[in-house]
Amino acid sequence: MSGGIWRNENSMSILINKQTKLLVQGVTGREGEFHTRAMLDYGTNVVAGVTPGKGGQLIEHGDETVPVFNTVKEAVEMTGADTTVIFVPPPFGADAIFEAVDAGINGIVCITEGIPIQDMMKCYRFLREQDGWMIGPNCPGLITPGECKIGIMPGDIFSPGEIGIVSRSGTLTYEIVDELTRAGLGQSTCVGIGGDPIIGSSFVDCLQWFEADAATRAVVLSGEIGGNDEEKAAEFIQTMSKPVVGFIAGKTAPPGKRMGHAGAIVSGSAGTAQAKIEALQDAGAHVAELPNQVPDLIRQALSRN
Amino acid sequence: MKIHEYQAKEIFAKYGVPIPPGRVARTPEEVKTIAQEVGKPVVVKAQVHVGGRGKAGGIKVGNTPEEARSHAEKILGMDIKGLIVHEVLVEEAADIKEEYYLGITTDRAARRNIVMVSAAGGIDIEEVAATDPEKIARLHIDPAIGLQDFQIRQLAFEARLPAAAVRGIGPFLKALSKVYADYDCSLAEINPLVLTGAGTLIAADAKINIDDNALFRHPDLAQYQEAQEDDPIEAEAHKRGLTYVRLDGDIGIIGNGAGLVMTTLDVVQREGGRPANFLDIGGGAKAEVVTKAIDTVLLDKNVKGIFFNIFGGITRGDEVAKGMLEAIGTMDITVPIVVRLTGTRAAEGLQLLEGSALTPAATMQEGAQKIVSLVNAA
Repeated sequence: MSGGIWRNENSMSILINKQTKLLVQGVTGREGEFHTRAMLDYGTNVVAGVTPGKGGQLIEHGDETVPVFNTVKEAVEMTGADTTVIFVPPPFGADAIFEAVDAGINGIVCITEGIPIQDMMKCYRFLREQDGWMIGPNCPGLITPGECKIGIMPGDIFSPGEIGIVSRSGTLTYEIVDELTRAGLGQSTCVGIGGDPIIGSSFVDCLQWFEADAATRAVVLSGEIGGNDEEKAAEFIQTMSKPVVGFIAGKTAPPGKRMGHAGAIVSGSAGTAQAKIEALQDAGAHVAELPNQVPDLIRQALSRN
Repeated sequence: MKIHEYQAKEIFAKYGVPIPPGRVARTPEEVKTIAQEVGKPVVVKAQVHVGGRGKAGGIKVGNTPEEARSHAEKILGMDIKGLIVHEVLVEEAADIKEEYYLGITTDRAARRNIVMVSAAGGIDIEEVAATDPEKIARLHIDPAIGLQDFQIRQLAFEARLPAAAVRGIGPFLKALSKVYADYDCSLAEINPLVLTGAGTLIAADAKINIDDNALFRHPDLAQYQEAQEDDPIEAEAHKRGLTYVRLDGDIGIIGNGAGLVMTTLDVVQREGGRPANFLDIGGGAKAEVVTKAIDTVLLDKNVKGIFFNIFGGITRGDEVAKGMLEAIGTMDITVPIVVRLTGTRAAEGLQLLEGSALTPAATMQEGAQKIVSLVNAA
């Protein structure tokens, strides 16, 4: 989304923080309720949930109570929610996104996996003309450690700090975060942008936000084979003042084979791991060969900067 | 999902696109009958989900019904890039004066669909795209308004189509974009669009791929669904709901999340091992999925060891461990299994695995080293 970027002046992070008032769409579903509770445990300020037909119910969790509404409009009017996380089934994904924007929600995190690509094209076209931002779909969400977790990632591996992370893959991000945390390198914000062909925010969007964020000193970019988002990111990295450390998954994946993510497919020479690694290196980024090399490369980059 | 040429043509015909008269056949005798009905030279075309059929000998012209029958005898049962031909399309051979290319696909970089038109259509269009990209006119469709008439004119003129084709191409492109939108396509092509000696346009070949995520709103396409994989283990894995890709090594790889599994392949290869497969159990997998995953990997008789790499988030370590124990308890597993288990409920999972024959590893790299040395020692 190229519209206005919401950033709280007091924030030590990008996009989300302690002040974020979160709404959960699909809150009474199995995943929605489970992760609502996990987000509350983490300390996320979950102010409302929406499930059509279940308005008036309450989700009680310890000392906290999350009211359920029938529509996003009502939830926003009653609670002032400014950000939403979407857990609805894929056929209703685009509709949930449109409903959130229509109700004035500024930040959207869409976890749902399997939304048809034509639906996402229409969403992206619409969102481009709005103020605000969207992460996903088919993503693990994002987290500002110690302040706010929106999504499905395991909160306990993160620690607050100065390293920004942007990644296309969920569990690979956990791997890298775990290495960073154990090396004593905390994170400002970690964003899982999602593995679908059409996503709300690209690597470049997130790199722009990290570049502008006072609390972020260096960025880790974790990409994978397929598409050209990493190559576009490399172009932007050339203009950045902050150091970037990259990692690319799929170095040994054979061409023409689809590896799970719709994005992770290589055809011809475009989108290969080697092409992406070279693009990042040419842009001045340091590329790790293994996830466990990321902390050392970050340290080296920070000492040079 | 891929569908066959004859199925794509059935769809295009519903949208008013002229296609050669003919139909699909499963035996040489049927082919002969259809050729007799057509009463003109026919083309016999293998119906398999792979490109390059013509170059592989899967497309032949029969000038007489008998010749068509004899071609069908060779083509039916033929192996084209690992796929066996069970059906052929028999249709009137077009009187080809010129061949054009029309296609629409997703351009993920632009986040829009892209329309492509070329006067250099036919079987070498991919070569044209690589060597003479300027011979292909392209433009993006705005999802808010769809393909407009002025865009069709622009494409036709930019592709330098002859005057007759410039006028005639409109309905074809409109039908193509309508089919693309109505059927949630990820690819729709008419290649070649043939200009005949008589000056008419006809869709001599058609291709449609459907976005798998959108199949829920196209129940009418269920009849076209068939196994798409050429590898029997991949086909079986797909049936079991697993994301599995077969590779040519001897170390089975199982993990959660595409990025992590791809990285595991990279790390194993770096340690000197050769991965036998990619298997992603996905997010939040239950014990039975883990058991099924082990069974699937072992269908490949080249597998001499398995490396499990799980970083629990939405996936729970204790569920994974239960699935592994179920597999060890019920299957006759003779190969070593190395397990790296961390993240959500990993401690509980590791406790369950204590005393089992599985080899634990603390990190991905340690796990890769262990499985490589175990397989090499075997």
